[in-house]
Amino acid sequence: MTATELTQLLADGLILGSMYGLIAVGYTMVYGILQIINFAHGEIYMLGGFGALFVYAWVPGLRAIPLWAALPVLLVVAVAVSVAAATGAERFAYRPLRGAPRLAPLISAIGLSLFLQQVVFNFFTLPGSSMGVTAPVPFPQFETAPLDLAGVQVSVAGLLTLALAAFGMVALTWFVRRTRTGRAMQATAQDPATARLMGIDTDRIIVIAFAIGAALAAVACVTQGLRLGTVSYNMGFITGLKGFTAAVLGGIGNIQGAMAGGVVLGLAESLASGALPHIDALAMFSGSVWKDVWAFVILIVVLLIRPQGLFGERVADRA
Amino acid sequence: MRRTRLFRLGVPLAAGALALCACGSRDKGASASGTSATTTVTIGFDAPLSKDLAAVGLGMKNAAELAVNQANKNHTVPGVTFKLAAKDDQATPTIGQQNAAAFAADDDVVGVVGAYNSSVSAAMQSTLHQAGIVQISGANTNPALTRGADYKSAPKRQFDNYFRVITTDDVQAPVAAEYFYQDLGIKKVAAVDDKKVYGAGLVKEFTEAFTALGGKVVVHQSINPDESDYASVVGTVKSSGAQGVYYGGEYPQAGALKKQLVAAGFDGPLGGGDAVKDDAVIPLAGTKAADGIYTTSDGRPVEDLASAKSFISAYKAAGYDEPYGVFGAYTYDATNALIQAVKAAADTGAPAAKELRPKVVKAMGSVTFTGATGQVGFDEYGDSVNKVISINTVKNGAWQDGIKVFTK
Repeated sequence: MTATELTQLLADGLILGSMYGLIAVGYTMVYGILQIINFAHGEIYMLGGFGALFVYAWVPGLRAIPLWAALPVLLVVAVAVSVAAATGAERFAYRPLRGAPRLAPLISAIGLSLFLQQVVFNFFTLPGSSMGVTAPVPFPQFETAPLDLAGVQVSVAGLLTLALAAFGMVALTWFVRRTRTGRAMQATAQDPATARLMGIDTDRIIVIAFAIGAALAAVACVTQGLRLGTVSYNMGFITGLKGFTAAVLGGIGNIQGAMAGGVVLGLAESLASGALPHIDALAMFSGSVWKDVWAFVILIVVLLIRPQGLFGERVADRA
Repeated sequence: MRRTRLFRLGVPLAAGALALCACGSRDKGASASGTSATTTVTIGFDAPLSKDLAAVGLGMKNAAELAVNQANKNHTVPGVTFKLAAKDDQATPTIGQQNAAAFAADDDVVGVVGAYNSSVSAAMQSTLHQAGIVQISGANTNPALTRGADYKSAPKRQFDNYFRVITTDDVQAPVAAEYFYQDLGIKKVAAVDDKKVYGAGLVKEFTEAFTALGGKVVVHQSINPDESDYASVVGTVKSSGAQGVYYGGEYPQAGALKKQLVAAGFDGPLGGGDAVKDDAVIPLAGTKAADGIYTTSDGRPVEDLASAKSFISAYKAAGYDEPYGVFGAYTYDATNALIQAVKAAADTGAPAAKELRPKVVKAMGSVTFTGATGQVGFDEYGDSVNKVISINTVKNGAWQDGIKVFTK
């Protein structure tokens, strides 16, 4: 295989991985503070895409202007829908179970996940069609041709994914490290009881953590829709699972680790399906059917060597 | 223990049912002799009439109704008046099975037209077979329905009461291979499937036929239909040097795959089976990227057929709300075939529908006439003798149907 082909695989993997990373941040932030796994996060992600699609389909002015100009509106609406769903979920599905055994919020999350899927399945309506969606729904598309960077083809939507993921991570790091609320969040993650004694409104911090995760997931879903052309009501399940894997891989509870885990996962999938067929001994275990096998082999190997994940340091103390 | 209890319950039930049947036929005899020499028999109809496939199903129902009305008006079968009883299966096999049981229990039902989905028909077949009711479909294309799971190596008639007037799936992949190799001039193809029975089967048959023609399937990949990111498949296809792609699967994934192929700079055609032939594939792929999707479909577009002209004008004159669609003309022919079989059976003189049933099953095999879709007739498996496959393509964001028609 040529260097160009390898670079193409790396570029595809990086784009896919940064999308996973954006989702992984949501899992990792909630886990870092509450030690619960929000399994409805995949559906929060899916709702962002459908929110964006909803305004695009129903507000006539948006289709009249170029997609570039409409994109900020789509992103804002997607984020708003996902954040509303996530904060609502926190308030009604998780907060009442705050003191309950660990399994209770997990079951609650699974129920919520099915509920949100079915809401979209039964009630999402596009102009001129009957109520409900069963098949994948077309998402608005950039009509521009892919960019050719020295033989490597990268779509505009792919570049947008990278840019938004980078921006999201820089903004989030700044927020957590430099702002008052961010430091309060770190304090709550370290020790919620003490943080409350220090005068931190931990309930508010938890809501903010859910909201930030949801916002990044919504951005991920919009970029996914732009890149692949469709959104579907059940897209959150597999992608959510991958995001969770990325979070564990990077060390759950660690925000930078989540993004790094996403990128590692994306690159692993891309190389397993594209580069392995060129190695004769492994050719029969390669191709797109095997990519998930390799991704999870990497996860298992990493966890065997470093149970706390690639960048995890401070998880074991309370988990 | 349980078995005996069931048995104890079953005997009186069966006896009761028999008694009821006896009552039914006696009533009929009385009414037939009381009024005039005409009998009314019911033609059962089964298709999805609600949910997402309703548009297709309602078009089929209208076509069947049209055939029934014409037969009544023209007194096609002297002394017999037909009535259509339509049931909705919601494209769900279990509901189709319940409908079949309801038809079997109705003594007036002489035959059943339907279903739309092969899976639904598979669930209906044995129930109707036990009742000795003929079933004829204008839309089922799965070869296993007539010739069994080993339809290629060891074909075996499944049910002597099941017939269809449309071509089967196993003819379409070889036709696609022929079209790719000869008409599009493609010698190297990448095959992609979704690992489902339908998709993997199409790819297997395509590969065999394409290799036999002298072409080469340079790479075979599978996608996971639950995912929508096919970047890795697209990369492999691109670097394999393939000139075109044959996809075994359904339109939601085919649209996304075509879009991602074009986005990666691959501009070869994408071929697929009849499950890709859907209007929704164009917005899924994007209007521009959808150009160059080729699909096979069973039969030919009826608009091109001289024999379908009278059907189309009669359908329009009847003023139905729904279009007759792809399967309307086939269902019209299927209903007419059933009416013809009843005619042949009634000649031997048996007025009640229940007594007609086995005779209709027997008569159906030798029914032959020129219908809206061409020659109607059946081979030893109950399949149509009229094996026609059309090639369709997307051009400038719209389907162009029947750009080439193969008769096998």
